[in-house]
Amino acid sequence: MSAHLLYAFGGVVLCGMGLGGFILLSHLLRKLLAFNIMGSGIFLILVGLAQHGGGAEPGMDPVPQALVLTGIVVAVSATALALVLIRRYYYLTGQTVLESSAESGRRNNDDDPGSRKDGAL
Amino acid sequence: MTTWLMAGLLFTPLAWAAITLLLSFRNGRWVSWLGMLVQVLVSVGVWLLVVDRGEFYHGLGGWDAPLGIELRVDGLAIIFVLLTATVATACGWHAGMYLDSDKPWQKHFWPLFWFLWAALNSVWLSGDLFNLYVGLEVITLTAVGLVAVGGQADALRAALRYLLVALVGSMAYLLGVALVYGEFGVLSLAVVRELQAENGVGMTLPLALMLGGLAVKSALFPMHGWLPPAHGVAKSPVSGLMSGLVVKASFYIAARLWLELGHEAGSLALAQVLGVLGSAAVVWGSWLALRQKKLKQVVAYSSVAQIGYLFLLFPLTLSVSEAVSLQAQQGVTLQVVSHALAKGAMFLAAGNLILSVRSGEVDALAGVGRFLPFSLFSFGLAGVSLMGLPPSGGFAAKWLLLQASLASGQWWWALVLLAGGLLSALYVFRIYQASFVQDSDLDEFYHPPRSLELVPMILALLALGLGLVVDPMLTLLGRPFGEGSVP
Repeated sequence: MSAHLLYAFGGVVLCGMGLGGFILLSHLLRKLLAFNIMGSGIFLILVGLAQHGGGAEPGMDPVPQALVLTGIVVAVSATALALVLIRRYYYLTGQTVLESSAESGRRNNDDDPGSRKDGAL
Repeated sequence: MTTWLMAGLLFTPLAWAAITLLLSFRNGRWVSWLGMLVQVLVSVGVWLLVVDRGEFYHGLGGWDAPLGIELRVDGLAIIFVLLTATVATACGWHAGMYLDSDKPWQKHFWPLFWFLWAALNSVWLSGDLFNLYVGLEVITLTAVGLVAVGGQADALRAALRYLLVALVGSMAYLLGVALVYGEFGVLSLAVVRELQAENGVGMTLPLALMLGGLAVKSALFPMHGWLPPAHGVAKSPVSGLMSGLVVKASFYIAARLWLELGHEAGSLALAQVLGVLGSAAVVWGSWLALRQKKLKQVVAYSSVAQIGYLFLLFPLTLSVSEAVSLQAQQGVTLQVVSHALAKGAMFLAAGNLILSVRSGEVDALAGVGRFLPFSLFSFGLAGVSLMGLPPSGGFAAKWLLLQASLASGQWWWALVLLAGGLLSALYVFRIYQASFVQDSDLDEFYHPPRSLELVPMILALLALGLGLVVDPMLTLLGRPFGEGSVP
């Protein structure tokens, strides 16, 4: 087993941990961190697998680096947007978790006219 | 000329975004209305180009396939480019008058709108797995931003849920891309297909991962929970953009992948599972639409149902005859176009109705029929297309899908098509029933400006008339590639 393949397997483990965290944790910041761990795992797989096989010449393919760099930019932007939304959400509601849909449905019916108007118009 | 037109499709929207970023909502509105005119002209220009010289590949900046970004300009892509120009212009035009320009945060609408348009065009034209990923992500980020703009806690909650779900979907897609690249070392969809056919390597796992991720982003049952809050709580023009165009982008990529790679990598089980989930979405989404208390939630759940139809593409194009597969592709394309037009019209009309009665509840519409609002009529016309009555585009789409399912011996999809039509008729009539309640004490009714009511009417008429221009549109799908353009 080559070192590259080891990276790829490490990536698979990270990806699984990230996905598990994403599903199991309810705190929004933790969810976001889990998403980032999942992303890092996928980037490792992308680089590791590509250097292992495929490509023109193993170990010499520069494209995966470029892809991962782009991927990191995308992940950073998504994280930044999520952080802004989470902060604002916390500021408005004082909550750090998304309610389950059933609860929020009940809330919607209770607290109407104000929020409904803002939501609709 | 080609270079300028392609630049016009992909880069001028970014320029409009950069300019409007610096302006207030009112000034941005004038720039954007000018921009929409330019974008429509450019889109029509590219369409004429394809009609004239056939489909072609275009390397951006003169850099061809392996190094540069290659665009695939074919009939399907052009249909989507034109659809985007139509629906986005309608929503942008409506938004300029509908959104309250006194609120300071509204100025963020225009830059997000233009970034979204640029990203949509890049998804329609990309022939490269990674480029599709980037386009998809820009769409997600701008769409989430649009849902959240100026929103209260409800809007933020919906936007956050949408963002988190969409990010997981993108991760699954990216993992699939990583596996494909690890196997073949290329990203171009056309080249991957050739290599796959040559080597006989099964790409079932990557394909399933990518389709799974994209299905989550298209709100396929049972992962549809994020869609109704996000589309329902957003401002009406934004909802129109979301339901009409944004969810179509991820489905478009899934369809492209399936049509290119599905023959080798797809399995009968995968196709049937996707078809069954789509059917479940049709029935369950319509049922929930029937039970919603808020007008926009009805329309949003109807989107879940209408997107379900699209997933019939997967079972109807695998191991069937060439003719049946073509019929299914045409039916699904028509369904995408007619749903985008009809749903744009419905959301904009719903926005006008909510503006009139100052409430988002279905029951609040009681008695509205007496004031004969123009928007209620637009709403109904769009509903005709959703139900699939002739001569609407929805009718032509469902007719083609029905024929494809009977010809391929998969008669069970025909039942879904019939049940879906019936249920959609029920939820549209329910809105009408509420509007024509006689003994209501509604005596105050605000008539929105005519120009605001005109936009949904135009979209609804387009959806209705689509059935009459099916033939010219579908011939665009089967045009041959021009010479010397194969990558």
